[in-house]
Amino acid sequence: MKYFHLIWAALMRRKTRTIFTMLSVLAAFLLFGLLNSVRVAFTSGSKSVAGVDRLVVTSRYSIIQGLPQSLQAQIANIPGVKLVDHANWFGGIYQDPKNFVLSFSVGPHYLDLFPEIELPDAQRKAFDADRTGAVVGEALAERYHWKIGDKIPLQSTIFPQKNGDKTWPFEIVGIFKEGKNGANGLDQVFFFHWKYFDEANAFNGHDVGWYVLRLDDPKQADRVAHAVDALSANSDHETRTQTESAFNASFAKQIGDIGLIVGAIMAAVFFTLILLTGNTMAQAVRERIPELAVLKTLGFTGRGVLALVLGESVLLLLIGGVIGMALAAVVAPGVSKGSGGMVQLPPVGAGNWLQGIIVMLVIGVLVGLLPAMRAMRLRIVDALAGR
Amino acid sequence: MKKFLFGLGLFAIVIAWLIVWTLLPWPVILALAIVLGLWLAFTRSGRRTLSVTRVGLSTLAQRLGSSSVIVIGIAGVVGVLVAMLAMGEGFQTTLRQTGSDDTAIVLRGGSQAELNSVLSRDNIDLIEQKPGVAHDAQGHPVASAELGVIANLPKKDDPTVEANVPIRGVGDEAWTLHPGIRIIEGRKFKPGLRELDVGQGAQKQFAGLEIGKQLRLSGQEWTIVGVFASNDAYESELWGDAESVASAYRRGSSRQSVTVKLAQPSAFDQFKAALMADPTLKVDVSTTREYFNKQSEGLTKVIRVVGITVGVIMAIGAIFGALNTMFAAVATRAREIATLRALGFRGWPVVVSVMLETMLLALAGGVLGALVVWLIFNGYTASTLGANFSQLVFQFRVTPALLWTGIKWALAIGFIGGLFPAVRAARLPVTTALREL
Repeated sequence: MKYFHLIWAALMRRKTRTIFTMLSVLAAFLLFGLLNSVRVAFTSGSKSVAGVDRLVVTSRYSIIQGLPQSLQAQIANIPGVKLVDHANWFGGIYQDPKNFVLSFSVGPHYLDLFPEIELPDAQRKAFDADRTGAVVGEALAERYHWKIGDKIPLQSTIFPQKNGDKTWPFEIVGIFKEGKNGANGLDQVFFFHWKYFDEANAFNGHDVGWYVLRLDDPKQADRVAHAVDALSANSDHETRTQTESAFNASFAKQIGDIGLIVGAIMAAVFFTLILLTGNTMAQAVRERIPELAVLKTLGFTGRGVLALVLGESVLLLLIGGVIGMALAAVVAPGVSKGSGGMVQLPPVGAGNWLQGIIVMLVIGVLVGLLPAMRAMRLRIVDALAGR
Repeated sequence: MKKFLFGLGLFAIVIAWLIVWTLLPWPVILALAIVLGLWLAFTRSGRRTLSVTRVGLSTLAQRLGSSSVIVIGIAGVVGVLVAMLAMGEGFQTTLRQTGSDDTAIVLRGGSQAELNSVLSRDNIDLIEQKPGVAHDAQGHPVASAELGVIANLPKKDDPTVEANVPIRGVGDEAWTLHPGIRIIEGRKFKPGLRELDVGQGAQKQFAGLEIGKQLRLSGQEWTIVGVFASNDAYESELWGDAESVASAYRRGSSRQSVTVKLAQPSAFDQFKAALMADPTLKVDVSTTREYFNKQSEGLTKVIRVVGITVGVIMAIGAIFGALNTMFAAVATRAREIATLRALGFRGWPVVVSVMLETMLLALAGGVLGALVVWLIFNGYTASTLGANFSQLVFQFRVTPALLWTGIKWALAIGFIGGLFPAVRAARLPVTTALREL
């Protein structure tokens, strides 16, 4: 630490060059900050702590095939299942086909499966009592300026009512917040009663879309999943039961190998960055050879000089990188908002910062190593003589 | 103050040039390049510039490391940009080619996609009888009532991922309606049997779709009997007999969409008016071209926006890299440039020669990046979730227009990266520069 000012002086020796290099590093880590969280979200699925004790039961054959209601009682009887309820896809749009609303009709206890949904008790009671009542996430309510008590018509792209009308009236009776550890995007959801949906629906045939169940103990996920699938084995409605995160991950992977695309972009970015900062460091050391020789004459060891040069390159990366990632943390929510929900960038979390700083350290050492070795091996006489 | 105004002026030039540059069509740029070439070859100041540039280029070999920063940096930007745009282009083209102006698709009103739609047998019969629909030699309307369902199939490159693969139940007329589709292996499915033909794209992306293999759908075994090719969105699908698919998925006599052949493209208005006038029908109708174009809009836009955003951020990084390299290059050549100035060379040839050198390096980078992307990604097959909640297989398309876009970006980066060092070189006081080292 006592040599910090020496490293700093070396960096500031050519201000323009250092600043330009830092700006390049900044651009690279701005991208890293924006994209890495996307990559992580797509490769490992939702890691939200709140969902570890939930399983999702869907049709084995495809997402469009329903499951019989009778399955619910059978699933509830499996030991280890705390609570189970069903839901259906509604495919709602609000006013204009562009305004897609993520809407589900749900059974009476479905909301209890998600403790991260924070709905005031009074609003929850109002929801239970109101056949056409709906509860919506905070972000969704904000997007369309909905308030409690508003009467909202939603159109379903799939289900008309029995009278042929595709517009379903709802009344907003509750607005929920997404609690800690909630999955990203839960506050964009519109929930309403499955009973209303099923009774007024022209042709659903009383099937449900999927079941979600909560376990007593997350460790029993495999056993319970097998037990659930065994219930309908060899019938015409075989099921597939997976953990919520596996379900989300498989869905994300269908959109495409986003992880691979983002990984490839980042590889290109960092390859370029290594070349660029490597060049800067090589230049910096080349023009300072006489100075380094003087340092050695003063009694700095070869290792000491090596450490100085490495410190310089690591510091260069750290300053540019940290500013870049901080910028990403500021910009990311703006991008998500500005795109009107089209692009959802996850926030730059602690894991990301950790990974980013590790990458900065690694690249810093990598690009500093060759020039630093050169500085370490300097022969004082040759260097001072300019040979 | 004067220095500040000068800097501001340079900045304004950069912005103005960027705007003009993005708007210029290629013939104008070609003309500009020719004018520049003529100036270099035939005027006094041009020839001076050329000779200064030659000196600069001849020392390039000594600065190979730092010059490669410009080339590789810009190659990276162009590569990522062109690859992303090629993905968007491929997706869009696949859907665009699927539609045509002389076929129309009818869905239940407000459905937006086939998956959401339902049409009863009565409705279908009514739709097929409307004026504007083409008839075959026997006088039957050329129309296909189709049914779209989804099956979960593992992906080939990652069997742990089960993807939604679209299965289309079609009538006999479908083969006539979609003339671009041809069987390339095996045979067509037989009506009434549980047989499927698979699209070439689907076969490449998903496991277990070889001829003779059995597939379990809705609890029943189906056999793959043929492979078809069409170079459009249908290639992502599996086709079977509509009756068989409907019975397997318990859809009875209802279907999801009706595609009709129009008597001629202009008959669409007549057909649409007839459908709208019928009070018993609540349907949406569009030409298939319009229908598929609409499906491509959202994702194409997202890919473009993301690609350009990433490209811009990378380009900013690359500009600073280029600036660094060129400032260093100018600094090492300061004495030589000062000597030229002392001999009576004016500032212009120096500015232009430094710019030319940077832009040549940038061009090399742009060509390298574009070439690498073209070699790797042209025709690369990928798939994503399409409008019907099922996989759409498409190929990246690295078109000449995209390659040109990439090269334009490279030259823009080179211009900015070269301008400031060039001006510094030209404005260096001769006496100071000569005294340096």
